[in-house]
Amino acid sequence: MPWVLRGLRDGIVTTRYPRRPDDYGPTFRAAVSLRPGSPAGLIDTEAGLCPTDAIRSGDETPGALRVDRARCIVCGRCVARRPDVFQWDPTVELAATSAGALVVPPDPDLSLDALRSEVGRRVGALRRSVHIRHVDAGSDGSEEAEIAALSGPIYDIERLGMFFTASPRHADLLLVTGVGTAGMVDELLRTYEAMPEPRVVVACGTDALSGGLVGPTYSAGDGVGRLVPLDVLVPGSPPSPFTILHGLLLALGRLPRRRGPR
Amino acid sequence: MSEVGPTIAPADLVPAVAADVRRGRRLAALVALAEPDDSTSLLVVLAGDSTLEVRRTELPPGVRTYPAISVEVPSAAWYEREIHDLFGLVAQGTGPLEPVVLPRAPASPHPMSLTPPSTIAGIQPKPAERARGEGVFTLHYGPVRSGVFESIQYLVETVGEEIPHLGVLVHHKHRGLEQRFSQLAVPDAVLLAERVEGTAAVAHALAFSQAIEELGGVSPPRPAGLLRVVHAELERIATHLDSVIRHTEGAGQAVANARMSVHKERILRLRAQLCGHRFGRGVVIPGGTTGPPLLEPTAALAAVAELETPLRADLDALMATPSFLDRLAQTGWLDTSLAAAHGALGPVGRGSGVANDVRGDRPYAAYPELGFVPATATEGDALARQQIRVEEIEGAVRLIRLALVELAGLPDGPWSVPVRAQDGTAIASVEAPQGELLYVVRVDSGRLIRVKPRTASFHNLGLLPRAFAGDIFTDFVFIEASFGLSPAGVAL
Repeated sequence: MPWVLRGLRDGIVTTRYPRRPDDYGPTFRAAVSLRPGSPAGLIDTEAGLCPTDAIRSGDETPGALRVDRARCIVCGRCVARRPDVFQWDPTVELAATSAGALVVPPDPDLSLDALRSEVGRRVGALRRSVHIRHVDAGSDGSEEAEIAALSGPIYDIERLGMFFTASPRHADLLLVTGVGTAGMVDELLRTYEAMPEPRVVVACGTDALSGGLVGPTYSAGDGVGRLVPLDVLVPGSPPSPFTILHGLLLALGRLPRRRGPR
Repeated sequence: MSEVGPTIAPADLVPAVAADVRRGRRLAALVALAEPDDSTSLLVVLAGDSTLEVRRTELPPGVRTYPAISVEVPSAAWYEREIHDLFGLVAQGTGPLEPVVLPRAPASPHPMSLTPPSTIAGIQPKPAERARGEGVFTLHYGPVRSGVFESIQYLVETVGEEIPHLGVLVHHKHRGLEQRFSQLAVPDAVLLAERVEGTAAVAHALAFSQAIEELGGVSPPRPAGLLRVVHAELERIATHLDSVIRHTEGAGQAVANARMSVHKERILRLRAQLCGHRFGRGVVIPGGTTGPPLLEPTAALAAVAELETPLRADLDALMATPSFLDRLAQTGWLDTSLAAAHGALGPVGRGSGVANDVRGDRPYAAYPELGFVPATATEGDALARQQIRVEEIEGAVRLIRLALVELAGLPDGPWSVPVRAQDGTAIASVEAPQGELLYVVRVDSGRLIRVKPRTASFHNLGLLPRAFAGDIFTDFVFIEASFGLSPAGVAL
């Protein structure tokens, strides 16, 4: 049986995340953040710096820059043009429980821990075994590729008690990708309504959070947030499997109490 | 690369295209363009052995009909339906035009007019059921179905095992991309091109950029051409491996499935090492590439060598595993004459004896100097399409290696030249993992007024229902995976 031996050939390839940080994280251009001490007032002078208007000055403190990761498609134009202001952020733990928490640098009033425990309380009953239903509401296909990788040996979410399920009636968690197209509105709502309580919704990818570069159009929305209530937002274009996994763990209140992996 | 001939009268279009097809041209696309004076142009793109030619006709303002080309050339049918959805033009003489990408309510506006509406009243289409007989019923499979899939709906007309007819609905994920393109400037439009088909991001950026470069009369520098080949071929390996993974999953080959998943992940990580992005986004821009590879060519060569040996060994073992091959052999048979008449693209066409491959027919980037021979097979089944993909993975490794060796011997850059698109229409083509990808780009007064991506998935879609002769429900997964259609690229 050649395949049996082949299966043993490389030993264990599975990541130890979330118990241990994974070395792959810091090698990957997952997000943009501001360089510490960067000059203010940039927005007025730089037209076309961001194709999705993810960069804006703060409303309360004029001139203070913010990057909204819910809008950022990680194209890197700002980093290339203004490396004195913007930098690549190698963090892969990017998911958040509110749109406000995806704006960097964060608003000091925002209490992440409070938000996190709220979702955690609601899904407390699901902790050991969680079934996931994925719905594509108008993605470009790359998010599906990264979600599919979660079932492979490297990410292997079944080791964490998470399973993809065929029927929404067995599902605890709805994982939605895409801009929210007109043709998927009814299908998305039907899937959501077929799920038993308690249910959690995770929006996966910048397109699902804000429409990204695609929406809104006559046929596409500005994300799926108007269609179903979102519990966790996973930014990225597409988010890497680690970031999606971070979002799933955040939704279930199962992240270890530490910061990382860096 | 493309020649737009003189404009001919609408009444002469069908005989002209029929004559072109009789002398060996392949209908590659039918594309509509709204003109500033409210008339509409129709472009028929015809591929020869190494050329693209265009037949053009113009419908005066107010004329909403044209003679159906599909009466003479059946592969035009899906294009006529799509043009009806988006422009409201009616192809006459071919029966009702069922919606493809956008089922509109009667009398609702069409999105590609000069003053596009912001919303369009949609309807749920009810395609005619074709199969007749006792016990025939229709199973609505999708758009939400078992597993992690893009949204597409199959109407499986079956008696329980055999599938006498298959309907395909793709409108669910229509995003309105063609209208969106015309709202963007060139530097943003290339980013949107990367998001048309996530599994072919490099190919889309490349085809769009080549169209802009043609309009600007520039060629990218040699290092950029080589880097484009490296990324395009890595994308081909990743997407072909995705198809292999789906096959092994369907056949219950658990170890092979796991091994192939690991290989694919390693390819994605190599792509991220080279450019920072796992799908190669942000590399190709009009005029060249955004910069040098982040990994030295010699280090990339070493990484490729490390990946290649175990990948090749596993692919060889898989293609010698009888319990795997038995599921694919004689499954999803696509007749060679049908494939030739339709002009089937990519691995679907090459598995049924249609040897078109843009890398060989109309070579671009650095392909002319690297040399290229397309893989072909004539069996026409899922196994033949799988065999093509395996050979193309090996071919891709060879091309990547040649390109990296040459890059290692070149000075660093230049990586791009300035490009300013002049007004006009350009058609560019590349070989995406799924097959020939065309971009029709029209620039007027310096603005993009029409960007039409024509994916291989769209062109091949009409063949999918024709590949079910005698096959049963459990073969479905292999037929779908071996076609490798991208719903995002079909629905746009």
